[in-house]
This record gives sequence, structure tokens and C-alpha cells, in this order.
Amino acid sequence: MYSFDYVKPGSIDEAVAALQAEDAQALGGGQTLIPTLRQRLAQPSVLVDLGGCLDAGVASQDGGCRIGGGATHASVAASADAPKWLRAVADGIGDPQVRNRGTIGGSLANNDPASDYPAAVLGSGAEISTNARTIAADDYFQGMFETALNEGEIITGVTFPKLEAANYQKFDQPASRFALVGVFVGKGAGGVRVAVTGASESGVHRWADAEAALAGNFSTDAVPGAPSADGVISDLHGSAEYRAHLVAVLTRRAVAAAG
Amino acid sequence: MPKDQGIGASSKRREDVRFLTGKGQYTDDINRPGQTYAYFLRSNVAHGKINGIDTSAAASAPGVVGIFTAKDLEAAGGVPCGWQVTDKHGEPMKEPKHPILAEGKVCHVGDPIAAVIAESLNQARDAAELIDLDIEELPPVIDMRAAISGGPTVHDEAPDNICFDWDFIADNKEAVDQAIAGAHHVTTLTLTNNRLVANAVEPRCAIGEYDAARDEHTLYTTSQNPHVIRLLMGAFVLSIPEHKLRVVAPDVGGGFGSKIYHYAEEAFVTWAAKAVGRPIKWTADRSESFMSDAQGRDHQTKVELALDENGKFLALRCETLANMGAYLSTFAPCVPTYLHGTLLSGNYTTPVIHTNVKAVFTNTVPVDAYRGAGRPEATFQLERTIDKAAREMGIDPVELRKRNFIAPDAFPYQTPVAVQYDTGNYGATMDKAVAMADLDSYAARKTASEAKGKRRGLGIASYIEACGIAPSSLVGALGARAGLYEAATVRVNPTGNVAVMTGSHSHGQGHETTFAQVVAEMLGCDEANVDIVHGDTAKIPFGMGTYGSRSIAVGGSAIVRSVEKIIEKGKKIAAHLMEAAEADVTFADGQFSVAGTDKSVDWGTVALTAYVPHNFPHETLEPGLEETSFYDPANFTYPAGAYICEVEVDADTGKVDIASFVAADDFGNVINPMIVEGQVHGGLTQGLGQALLENCVYDENGQLVSASLMDYAMPRADDMPSFGVDHSCQTPCTHNPLGVKGCGEAGAIGSPPALVNAVVDALSDLGVTHIDMPVSPGRVWAAIQAAQN
Ligand SMILES: Cc1cc2nc3c(=O)[nH]c(=O)nc-3n(C[C@H](O)[C@H](O)[C@H](O)COP(=O)(O)OP(=O)(O)OC[C@H]3O[C@@H](n4cnc5c(N)ncnc54)[C@H](O)[C@@H]3O)c2cc1C
Repeated sequence: MYSFDYVKPGSIDEAVAALQAEDAQALGGGQTLIPTLRQRLAQPSVLVDLGGCLDAGVASQDGGCRIGGGATHASVAASADAPKWLRAVADGIGDPQVRNRGTIGGSLANNDPASDYPAAVLGSGAEISTNARTIAADDYFQGMFETALNEGEIITGVTFPKLEAANYQKFDQPASRFALVGVFVGKGAGGVRVAVTGASESGVHRWADAEAALAGNFSTDAVPGAPSADGVISDLHGSAEYRAHLVAVLTRRAVAAAG
Repeated sequence: MPKDQGIGASSKRREDVRFLTGKGQYTDDINRPGQTYAYFLRSNVAHGKINGIDTSAAASAPGVVGIFTAKDLEAAGGVPCGWQVTDKHGEPMKEPKHPILAEGKVCHVGDPIAAVIAESLNQARDAAELIDLDIEELPPVIDMRAAISGGPTVHDEAPDNICFDWDFIADNKEAVDQAIAGAHHVTTLTLTNNRLVANAVEPRCAIGEYDAARDEHTLYTTSQNPHVIRLLMGAFVLSIPEHKLRVVAPDVGGGFGSKIYHYAEEAFVTWAAKAVGRPIKWTADRSESFMSDAQGRDHQTKVELALDENGKFLALRCETLANMGAYLSTFAPCVPTYLHGTLLSGNYTTPVIHTNVKAVFTNTVPVDAYRGAGRPEATFQLERTIDKAAREMGIDPVELRKRNFIAPDAFPYQTPVAVQYDTGNYGATMDKAVAMADLDSYAARKTASEAKGKRRGLGIASYIEACGIAPSSLVGALGARAGLYEAATVRVNPTGNVAVMTGSHSHGQGHETTFAQVVAEMLGCDEANVDIVHGDTAKIPFGMGTYGSRSIAVGGSAIVRSVEKIIEKGKKIAAHLMEAAEADVTFADGQFSVAGTDKSVDWGTVALTAYVPHNFPHETLEPGLEETSFYDPANFTYPAGAYICEVEVDADTGKVDIASFVAADDFGNVINPMIVEGQVHGGLTQGLGQALLENCVYDENGQLVSASLMDYAMPRADDMPSFGVDHSCQTPCTHNPLGVKGCGEAGAIGSPPALVNAVVDALSDLGVTHIDMPVSPGRVWAAIQAAQN
């Protein structure tokens, strides 16, 4: 690790100000950032710990819920105020240590192409609030590790809508147990959404063909065959064809489980 | 009633008190006054010519104590290889120099180029980033077949990248060829034994220290065999006389083979501690372990098994390419040869066997022994091929094995591959495993799996292994440059308690408990009165350390021999005390008695008198009660067993779940059943980890793709079933005093084919005949697709 300064502001405004410093970086649960620092893959001048100012609560809201940007995966998994489908997503992230420290804000800011929350946020049509604005899920995810966040912008919370039926199916990459492929299917006021993580070289995305097919007939039979393997990730854990195949399998299973 | 002490008791592991309360003393826990830190700048390319190393900017970085490259180490030797194989033309293997720091070229990603020593590790790393390397990349060779068919050359000494081309047994070749040509049925299988990374929980660590006033060197290191390191490093690398070199391997957190070898970093810190005049610590981080610990397995083999119409094995032919990596690690050449070719008879009466092994240099991390070493590779070939033969000939896989087992009355059994098995009963362990697996109700379980949309498969495997690695005469004839006995000193203190100094080294196995049980049993004392000392060349007799499941069979036997001598000496003292003839003194339950009388003296009196010899007849009786033995056995030991695995396969995703796994092992006599069970659990988990999850993968440029635990899949507890383990089938070893065989590697040897056989069974009606390890979901799915198309 290179050396850096550390501050823990008491308010969002102070945190935003602190992040103006050159090469300043926000610190959430540190589950992605600290390993990166330990490998000397990043060299921030100052770490701005959001733990002193960020809302970490979970509250039910209009049949859905509002989650503070600092809420840990464990607190979401354990909260009676979060819908069951969301609790299951949080509970399937990493291991207990990771869940006890990692935050929803950190996960969404990082936007790892194999992470779980992005699928749930995109597949449910949630909204991400920052210190400056509210961003719709469809506008937020912009590719592997790419988001709509501006430099120094802080995720303060996420609002998940009420869904009639929803389910997330995660197929573990055997080593990391991130998603080799994960599919979130959500049916709500806005129709049916299908979001896929782990598969695409451009990160989390919606599977339009499946959404169209399921809109009229929300049943496993309606799920189309595997999408094209073009642009699908291929690595030692699975070929592009295999991942594309899993997208269809997991979508069927999510529809079946969503009920 | 089970015993609660001594041989056969499941005594609690005494070492766990310190391990489980955070009080273990591992090498990295040791800090020496004035200690500095070393960081190795390693190659990030697989193959390259070093045109220049500019350390000037780094040298003036804050905290830097010294920077060293190969030119500073010109007087030092290379890291030696401890085993020489002679090839089929009678030529010695090619043995290119393995320098401590890269000399002129780098040969794998992770090859150390320069070492920075600084006041802190962070300063050493900062300075290393300022070193300016001028490396001209050369085309690397990663794939073994490319390496031997005109690919780039790793070392000029071996232009065709072949380290040795070995035939075993050359005289059998013609008979094998003939038998295969004329056989009723020949089963052929081409398979890969995947490369593994040992991943001991404790990464390697080394601290060098030099005492100028005494001209003494000390190396603290994560080793399975401190005397071997002292000998190799002192005599061959640094020319330090052994009486001026102490090697300490304190608590060690797992080795699995990877900590047997002498590594460049150990030699460097020992040498440099004198150069800079301060102690130096180096601790690998996990990424460094991935690219600098010797890796395991990595064989590609074609097997042909000839059978007659009744399924009797007639001949076996195996052709193997064995990856050596970029340099020869300490025991690398013996793994694909004498630990592999000698096991190809398995549990069977195959009359003629021939194998050819080509050891190949590639631009990858060196490969050496890993839990099982050679024997898992042999077992996997045999048991997969037999399984395929059973399917092809329509014979039940249990039945086919039984038809070919060496009969229990055929021992000692001379195999056609040099070794002679002393004892065994393979049908007994197979019957036991079949009973444990409840095969009668398998059909019902299969139906239940199908009802859940899963395919169920059943996999059978037998194994035999040669362990208790010794005897010196045999390994010497096979090319070992060292002897393979074991040493033990038993010291009885004046108040009767006992210290045992053993050359074996415990790095998790529980020797401190098991060895104490043996001594307590023999002396009729409480285990708590026996202390086991290991891991420090200043304290223990010259010993060869722990690997090849040799500790109880060889090290334990050395302890037995010393205790026997102690009892003999005690009888002399007791005879003197009781004024009896020595021949009339007997020893039992801690009492020396004169036969046929009521005269006796207890152990404590004899021990005390040994050190308070006020009226000893000194011409015939020396004071003291301390004895040393070096035990060199007559043969290897041959544990064997039968394993049965059931899997459920989700054909939609390719995911394999291990539904059940039973292991019936014959380890001969068992000292501590709980510890043996634990060793089997660990071995099974590593074997099943290899079969299901683990894979060390390089890309075509020689970059390690599976370079962290995010991509290298280690088995986790929830990947494993609850094992059924049995060791009640016992044919005690005939040539060591405890009748023991060794249990450390068995699980890792027998389990991979059991699992793969089960997966192939689950998918055979789809046309799948083989899947290479690891049988990951992606591979299972691809195999189904390939079979269907
Ligand atoms: C062993 C392990 C297993 C894991 N398994 C999974 C898994 O299965 N599925 C999965 O989805 N994830 C997994 N993760 C990742 C985990 O969920 C992380 O917690 C998450 O990706 C990052 O959250 P964090 O709070 O730790 O953020 P940090 O590591 O602190 O920060 C990550 C990035 O986000 C930025 N950041 C943090 N908080 C905010 C904020 N509020 N606003 C703006 N920017 C912010 C930081 O500056 C940094 O760039 C795993 C991690 C580990 C170590």
C-alpha cells in the first residue's frame, strides 16, 4: 500500500468538499478499495471515509424500500423493511465478513461486471440518489466499472420500487463466488425487466428479447433461447457460449421462482 | 472401551491449544533485533533477456539498506536439484543452473531479478518500483507439446526442452507392445492431470541472521525439513559449513510438499544478512506464492490397457509428458519417474507394464511434489482407464477391479515395475467401501435425483500408494542424492519425563500428539510426560523431514528404536539397583521387575539414578539415559483402499455436487484414529478440490491467469460432503516395528478418479466418455454439448 491521508467527515457536505482534493477517493466498506490499495493498484492522496456521514438505514417506502448509501449487505439481508427478493440478493453477496462491511453505495459506485446489486437495481428499475441528483437505473450503468457518477459524487441512497414478482438467480464463479452469471427478473408497474450481470463485456444490461417475451406471458415457457454469445465474457471459468446459455437457464429459473 | 492414552487412543491434539488460541509461533511471528525487510522484484514476462538493471535511483530511495542482483551473487551456487534421473540412452538429465537471482535471462513470470532490502517492507517496495529494468522479451513456450516440437528453447542446455526421456521398464517394452497388439480389447484414454497450486494457509517466509562475533548463520524458514535445507544450502549454494549454519522451521502452517524444497529466497536472506550485517525478513504475499511456490502435477498422458475376454488385464502402456516448469525444483525429477512409474501396477496383477515419460521445460513456475506426488497421477490414469474399460466391455466396475486384484495370499507381491508390495487386502477395502456406500439402494437414490431434475452418477476407485519414503539403498539406486532414513533422540530427564528430538517435521499433522502416544505406550507413562521437539537443526539429530507420508512409518520407527534402547539401558540400571542379572529384568507398565520375584523398581527411580550414579560400575554402565537411532527401513509402505463417490449433476448448468463420498483405507496399524481421520478428510478435500475446482492456468504468453484466489478455486467446506471414513481393514506393514503405513496422502491419491468416474457415469448415456479435471460447470456443459453434436 502507498501511504495516504485519511479523513472521516461528519456531514455529506464536508465529504463532498474533502473529495475535491486531487486524487481524493471515497471509502465505503473498503471491500474492493482496500484490496486494490494493498496491491498498489491505486494511489489516492486522501481516503474520505463515508462512514461518519452516510445514511446506513433501511426503510420501507411505498411498498418498496429506501436504502441508505452506507447500508451494509448484512443489514439489508437482515432488515424486515426490505422486500424478500432484495434481502436474498444482499445475502448472496460474498461471505459474512464482506457482507458485514461492504455497502450498497460502494458496490454500485464500483459496478463490477460480476457484482449482484447492479442486477437488482437495473432489474427492478430502482433510482440512485447522490448528493447532487437522482439517477434512474437505466441511465446509471454505463459499462464495466463505468457509471454516471461524476468525480467526487457520493451515492447517498437507493430507492427500490414495489414489485409484484421478483427473483435473482446467481450462478457462482467457483473461485470468487461473484456471479459467473446472475439474472434478476422483476415484474412491476413498469412491466417486466430482466437484468443480467456477469455475462457481458459491457457490464450489467437488460435482456430486451426476454423482457418482450415475458411481458405478454410471464412464464418459463416464454423465455427465449440463449442470447447471442457476441460480446459475452469468455475466461477460464466459462466460454462465451456457456455464459450465454446460462443467461437463458437462469432467466427461466428466476421466472419460475418469482412466482 | 476405547483407550484414552497411548497407541490406538484418539488423544486430543496437544498442539491445537496453541494453534487455536493464536499462540503458534510461525516464522513471520519471529522478529530479530535490527531486522530489515526484503522485497524481490520479479519478472512480469515469461521469457526475456536481461539487457540491463539500473538500480541507481532505487539505491538512494528512503530506507534502502541494500540492493542486490545476480552479479553480487557470483560466488554462490545455483539452487540445487536433489534427484538425478538417467534417461533411456543412459545420459544424465539436463540440469540447467537455477540461479538465486536471474542471470542474464528470466524464465518465468515471478522469476526474481533483484532484491531490495530496506528498513520497512513498504520502503523496499517503493524502491523496487524505481529499478529500471531493460528486458528484451523472447517468445515463451508454455504448452508442453509445443515445447517438444520445435517451440522456443527455455535453456540452451536442452535445445528441445526435454530434461529427460525415460523408459520404464525398458525391457518390458516389447512384451507390452505384443500384448496390446494381440489383445481381445484395448481401452485407450488420453488425459490431463491438471496443474495445481499448493496454497498452504501460511505463505512462505524466511529470516536470515548472521552473528559476526561467532561467525554463525541462522535461517528461520517455513520448511518441512530443516536439515535438508541446511545441507543443500550450506553445502551446494552458499558454502557455509554446517556447524556454522542453523536452520529453524518453527510452527509451519501447512506444506503439502511445497515447503520441502530449497528456495532461492532462503539462500538469499541467509547470504544477504551477512552482506548487510543485519537480520532480513522476507514474507511472501499470496500473489507471490502463486508465482514462486513450486506447483504440482501437470502431466499429459496417453494410457492403453489391454484386456482379455474376461476382463483380465494383460498389459499397460503409458506415455506421459511431465511439466518441469522453468527450472528443476529439489525433487522434481523423481515425481513423474520413480514416484509414478513404480505405481502403475496399482492394486492389480497386470503382468507387463511399460511407461515412457518425457520431462519438459516450459516458461512456467517450477513443478515439484504436491500431496501424493506421482502417485495421484498414476492412480488417476489407471482408475479412469479401468472405468472406461468396464463400460466398454459391459463389466461392473467393482467386478472388473476384483477380477484383477492381487490376491491377499499373493504377498509379498513383486510388481513388474520394480517395487515389491509387502502386504495388502484390496478386496477387503473394496467390500467395506461398497457396504459403506449402501450400493443396494443406489437405484432409489438415482430415481430421487432424477425427480429433482438432476443426474446421479456413481464412481469407484481403488488406489495403492508407496509411501513412508525411504529406504536409502532403494532411493539411492533410483537417483536420490540423499539418504532417506529418519533420526530420533530420546532423552529421559532425571525426574523421569521424556524429550523426543525427531527429524520428522510437523506442519499440521499432529506429530506432537501421535509420537507422544507411541512413547507413552512403550514406557507405560502418561502422554503428558513426553515432549516432542522438532524443527531446529540445533536441537534435533540429522533428519530428513516430513513428506511422502513418512513420519510415522520412518520417523516413528526411529523413535521406537530409541525407546527400545532406553528400555535396555534402563534394565541395566535396574539390574544394578536390584542386584539382579540384567537378563532377568523385565519392563512393563513403567516398572522394572526381576522375573519370578517380587523385586521391582519404578521408572522414576531408574531415571533419577541414571543421573545420580553414585555407585555405578562405570566400566559396564555409563550415567545418563539418552539414546539416538537412525532408522532406515527395508521397503516403502503400501497403504491402499477403495473410494466410492456419488454425484448429482445439473445438466442445464453443468454444476456437479458431491452427494456422498466414502473411503475405506488400509493404513495398517493406527496410532490415533482421530488424527488419521483428519488426515483423510484433508487429503480427500485436496483430491476432490483438484477434481472439481482447482486449476492453475497460464495464457499463451505465460501470464498466470489463475494468479489469485479470485480465480484459483480452492475447495471450501460447503463444496464437500460429510465423508464416510473407515480404516478398520488393516494389514499391518511387515517391516516396521509399529506395523504402520502412513495416511497423509491417500485421500488426495484415490479421490480424483472416484469423482471423475462418477461424473462420467452420470453423463455416459449422453455419450460423454471423459472430462478432464477440474470438472467445472463450464467443462461439464461443454462435454455434454460435444457429445450431443
Ligand atoms: C472476498 C470478496 C467477495 C465478494 N463477493 C461479492 C459478490 O459475491 N457479489 C458482489 O456483488 N460483490 C462482492 N464483493 C464486493 C463487495 O460487495 C464490496 O463490498 C463492494 O463491491 C464495494 O463496496 P464497499 O462498500 O466495500 O466499497 P469500497 O471498497 O470502500 O469502495 C469501492 C469503490 O466505490 C467508491 N465508493 C464507496 N462508497 C461510495 C459511495 N457511497 N458513493 C460513491 N462512491 C463510493 C470508492 O471510492 C471505491 O472506488 C466481494 C468482495 C470481496 C472482498
